[in-house]
Amino acid sequence: MATACDIAARQESAQEDNCAPLIAVNHLRKAFAGRTVLDGISLSVNRGETLAVLGRSGTGKSVLLRLVIGLEKPDSGSVCIRGQDVAGLGLDRMGAIRKKMGFLFQHSALYDSLTVAENVAFPLQHHRKDMPKSERRDWVRQLLAEVGMEDDLGKMPSDLSGGMQKRVGLARALALKPEILLLDEPTAGLDPISSGEIDGLILKLQRERRMASIVVTHDLHSARTIANRLALLDKGKVVIEGGYEDIRESDIAFVREFLKGS
Amino acid sequence: MTGCEYTPVSGIADAQSGQRGIFLPFVAGSIARAADSFFEWFGGLGVFSWRVLMATATPPYEWRELIRQLDEVGSKSLPLVALAGAAIGVVISMEARYSLSRFGAKSMFPSTLVYSVIQVMGPIMTGLIVSGRVGAGIGAELASMKVTEQIDAIEAAAINPYRLLASTRILACILMLPLLTLAADASGLLTGWLAQTLVESLSFHQFIESGFHGATFNAFLPPTFKTAVYGLIIGMIACFQGMRTRGGAAGVGRAATNSVVLASLFVILADVVLVKFILVAFP
Repeated sequence: MATACDIAARQESAQEDNCAPLIAVNHLRKAFAGRTVLDGISLSVNRGETLAVLGRSGTGKSVLLRLVIGLEKPDSGSVCIRGQDVAGLGLDRMGAIRKKMGFLFQHSALYDSLTVAENVAFPLQHHRKDMPKSERRDWVRQLLAEVGMEDDLGKMPSDLSGGMQKRVGLARALALKPEILLLDEPTAGLDPISSGEIDGLILKLQRERRMASIVVTHDLHSARTIANRLALLDKGKVVIEGGYEDIRESDIAFVREFLKGS
Repeated sequence: MTGCEYTPVSGIADAQSGQRGIFLPFVAGSIARAADSFFEWFGGLGVFSWRVLMATATPPYEWRELIRQLDEVGSKSLPLVALAGAAIGVVISMEARYSLSRFGAKSMFPSTLVYSVIQVMGPIMTGLIVSGRVGAGIGAELASMKVTEQIDAIEAAAINPYRLLASTRILACILMLPLLTLAADASGLLTGWLAQTLVESLSFHQFIESGFHGATFNAFLPPTFKTAVYGLIIGMIACFQGMRTRGGAAGVGRAATNSVVLASLFVILADVVLVKFILVAFP
């Protein structure tokens, strides 16, 4: 019997038009200390598409991202990246897949003993050892210029504001030219102007690089700006998935309440 | 005494019985929880050790980080270890001179000092000093990285954190402990001799010749190289405590404290086993 991953893999090899899902999450379940966080959710994201995952705090949005990149193991269900189930892979085999993925953490998670430039160069130093130093330096400078941080190469993360840290985190996530971008609350804790700038930046990068992205957020305005599709989670389940208009016109009580609150 | 006065007595008996009824399950529960934590800790350490071993044995190797850690563990611990060794040398010198004089065995002073410093005090003192300085440092650094998701960021960047963070620190501890022990020994012997010469003239040449007279490599190499095991213990426990931390700033503090306490305890326990092993294997 073909698994969901096999089907996704077949779809990918059959379709040369890059429409097969780069990320496919199937019937995913995850519980912590007996509390179910994700209760059998299924989602997929194609190349060039951005899915925004919304929901109240504690509904498992960040856990979903951690499961996709393999920082957590699911209790059941599968996470397929380019058709390969990554749930049971060891650190080194998972590493090969992670090279194709970029992750922006909610609190940026910059290496606090390294400068801004060293943070962005860190993945390159480990995975692109063949890259000449001058080329690496230019690429780091270019990435930081793209996120508007080219004047802060030598600063330490502790010298940066939250928005600046997010920008550096984004540049670091893009260092290995990923096909998949996972963003955990990219605008959380930022003022409206910085949020707008980060949204604009994500939108620009999406247009230029055609990555498959999942953006976890509780900011409906931001989600509407940067995502093609939105999925609303509640109690570990997908309540509704679709375009912003589908969500706006929904009669589901939770969706109405969420829209009202936003 | 009236019958009424017995009432409180029976009340006390009931209360005692009631307390026992609460107390016993409480004690049993506490013991069960302690046993659970004990086995969970050792199980976790076993899994962690296996992952570190696999990461250490397979390429790519993190040479740059290893060199940085060798400097961090070795060079930066050297002044402290040398100073502690010097103090120990003076103390042993004073104690040995006094005790040996009482028994009319002053001629035994050089060899007593040499054997005491190199076989006993140098290794264990170095182990404890390093477990304090390096164990706390590694535990706090990794714990801080863990609670700020920096270790997750390393893993998300397709880099094995066991290889980059744990393996390099543990190897640095293993390689540096014997060298630091040699430094502590040298410092202790020098100050021990100096303390002696202040009281009674003794040339350094005479001190060394007399102290090492009849000594074999078996007498000095195993006690020095057993500190590599201390290094393994200190590095492994500090990395394990740091990388399993939960709970913000309080968790970082706990990780640093637990790293020092557990590493020191296990170093002392290992010393008991290693001394016996050396006595049997290198008679």
